[in-house]
Amino acid sequence: MLAESLALSAVLFSIGVVGVLTRRNAIIIFMCVELMLNAVNLTFIAFSRFYGATGQVFVVFVMTVAAAEAAVGLAIIISIFRHKQTVNLQNINLMKG
Amino acid sequence: MLLQVAAVTHPLSGSIADWVWLLPILPLAGFVINGAISLVSAARIGPHDPDMHAAGVDHHEPAAGSELPKHEIDGHQDPDRHVATRHSHAGIVSIVGPLVLGLSFVLAFAMFLAMRGVDMSTPVVQTYFSWMPVGSLSIDAALQLDQLSMVMVLVITGVGTLIHIFSIGYMREDPGYPRYFAYLNLFVFFMLVLVLGANYPVLFVGWEGVGLCSYLLIGFWFSEKANADAGKKAFIVNRIGDFGFLIAMFMMFASFGALDFAGVNAAAATLPMGAALLTAICLFLFLGCAGKSAQIPLYVWLPDAMAGPTPVSALIHAATMVTAGVYLVVRSSVLFSLAPVASLVVALVGAITAIFAATIGLKQWDIKKVLAYSTVSQLGYMFIAVGVGAYTAGVFHLVTHAFFKALLFLGAGSVIFAMHAAYHHTHNHDDAQDMRNMGGLRKHMPLTWGLMWAATLAIAGIPFFAGFFSKDEILAATFFRAGHSAIGDASLLGIPGSTILYIVYILAVASALLTAIYMTRMMIYTFHGPNRTGDAERPHLREAPWVMTAPLVVLGVLSVFGGWLNLPVLLPALGPVGLMEHWLDPVVGESSARLAGDAAHAAHSVSTELMLIGIAVLVAGGGMVLAFARLKPERLVPKAQSPAEEGFELVLANKYYVDEAYDAAIVNPTVQISRSVLWKGIDAGLIDGLMVNGSAALMRGFGWVGSRLQSGAVGTYAWVLVVGVIAVLGAVTLR
Repeated sequence: MLAESLALSAVLFSIGVVGVLTRRNAIIIFMCVELMLNAVNLTFIAFSRFYGATGQVFVVFVMTVAAAEAAVGLAIIISIFRHKQTVNLQNINLMKG
Repeated sequence: MLLQVAAVTHPLSGSIADWVWLLPILPLAGFVINGAISLVSAARIGPHDPDMHAAGVDHHEPAAGSELPKHEIDGHQDPDRHVATRHSHAGIVSIVGPLVLGLSFVLAFAMFLAMRGVDMSTPVVQTYFSWMPVGSLSIDAALQLDQLSMVMVLVITGVGTLIHIFSIGYMREDPGYPRYFAYLNLFVFFMLVLVLGANYPVLFVGWEGVGLCSYLLIGFWFSEKANADAGKKAFIVNRIGDFGFLIAMFMMFASFGALDFAGVNAAAATLPMGAALLTAICLFLFLGCAGKSAQIPLYVWLPDAMAGPTPVSALIHAATMVTAGVYLVVRSSVLFSLAPVASLVVALVGAITAIFAATIGLKQWDIKKVLAYSTVSQLGYMFIAVGVGAYTAGVFHLVTHAFFKALLFLGAGSVIFAMHAAYHHTHNHDDAQDMRNMGGLRKHMPLTWGLMWAATLAIAGIPFFAGFFSKDEILAATFFRAGHSAIGDASLLGIPGSTILYIVYILAVASALLTAIYMTRMMIYTFHGPNRTGDAERPHLREAPWVMTAPLVVLGVLSVFGGWLNLPVLLPALGPVGLMEHWLDPVVGESSARLAGDAAHAAHSVSTELMLIGIAVLVAGGGMVLAFARLKPERLVPKAQSPAEEGFELVLANKYYVDEAYDAAIVNPTVQISRSVLWKGIDAGLIDGLMVNGSAALMRGFGWVGSRLQSGAVGTYAWVLVVGVIAVLGAVTLR
């Protein structure tokens, strides 16, 4: 049971990583990050079956942080869009050294 | 330790000799007073000084169309310097300057009388404080008074006093009057430290101090570049010699562990005769002597040193400082007598210098240059004497030379003073030192004429004048030691010592001939024949004031009778013989005898000795007769109309092009290497370019690489992050 759960979360996490690395649209990258967070949540839940409720407590924390992050992140993306009329990350390199 | 005990029980302890520290302190006090006056009054002279202004109006009218001569050696003719007014504090300076010297001389004479009364075989050593206690080396600030120091102190303070008095007249209208006397007093202080020091470092302090004062006084009229350059040249050439002196001191410390005269002498005496260590020490010491006493190859600074005021030339560059090298060799006579090869070098260098400088002196037109080359030549004579181990003869010639050469220089100063005053009257800017502009001065300056003839006869070696006795003693000692003696048995570069000494003897006789010729030439061109100064100037030529002639008279008497200080054994009819020989015997007797070997005891036939004297007199007289017969002062024309020299005369007039050769071989390469390698290569290239700017450029390069990594593209950062995470995880799990 544990092995299947961990395998699923690993697959989900990898999809998220690949998405973050390959996609250029900020929204999709954002969604991929959420996917990675949820893959981690799944791992926590799976482990909590064997090691007690601590994992579930952490899942609540992660979801809270993810919600806050989603709010801030989407706000940033909206503001970038207003500024540059695009959310393609290739065109956004204001921090170039 | 032994010496200090000896000093306590010394026969002179408790006598006036305990006041030996006062000898140098008196001139130092004079320096402080005159220096303070110089500084205070210099601070007061400003653009609004009424005295300066008034004086400027008087004397700033150079004759129309006159041209300043290019080579002002004495530098005495710059119209800008002729703010001919007496310095406002000249009165007190004229009293303080000579007075401190006079007091020193009186004190020294009192010590001399005290020393005569006792039989002293060890010097009086006065230790004042521990100067450099470093590990096993302990150097004290100590003075020592012995017979040799006494002779030097008497000459320095005696001749020094006379020259100070002369300077009152000679320098009276110079705006730097107090500064001049301050320097002169300081010089005497250092010179006394030099001859009274009880160890080599104290001697070296005096040695460097007189070099400093020489530099300051050569460049006394520093507003002219030629004078300032001459001062620098003297200083730098002397540094080369001082390097040798320092090396010699390091070697003494390394091998003897002591630097005081007694300690070094005691340690050296345990070494075998001719030890390589001693030879090396002596040769390095002699390098120092060659610098200070203007011997080949370091003699080039002395003729240029004539840029200073003439009394300075008399005191520093003829009578005292330049003889410091001779003093050093005599002071180290124990070392030199144990190193016959080094002594041979000393004698040979002295002989070559003597003949070399004498030939240059034949063809100089500047009256001071003639005397300068004569001084170099006579110093060579002294080194011949100390080289062959005739230390007393060397010191004797040093003393008589101080008398007659000081007289010659002061006489030349008196002539220049008169010439300059005459030219000044008519606003003429001709060369007041060129003999072609003189001639017939006998009528105008009879006293100077007579006294300078006395000095000329003395330096030429005419019988019964001072130089005759001292020169003859040197020649005789060289000749006899060339026979069979410790130094004659040594060999230098495979050539036996006796051969070298015979060569030295022949060179010495030849330079005696040349000395007679060039000195007579100088006298003829200056004082005899028709006057070439100019019709307008002639009425203004007159004898110097008494304050200048009085010292000349005293020196004249000394030049005539100086020989009585050390009459030869051959002439007991004249008075007590060998006074100086006996006086110096405790200091140099043993060393002298060691080098002489059998020659000292061998009974020289009276006829040989008479023959040597005969040769010397014949050469001197012949030289003077030759000069009188060949030189035609009537045919001379003033400097401005003189034809150019040609042939060998041109080579002599240009001093064998030695300065040019040094420039080409040493000075210019040094400058070029300094410029292209040291400055442009090492300083600007390596240090500034590679190290300072290079490290900055390296850091800037790192920064550039770092800034390229900051692409601003989030994707790249994410890639790097992931790769990093994988790397870390991989490293952790695969460990």
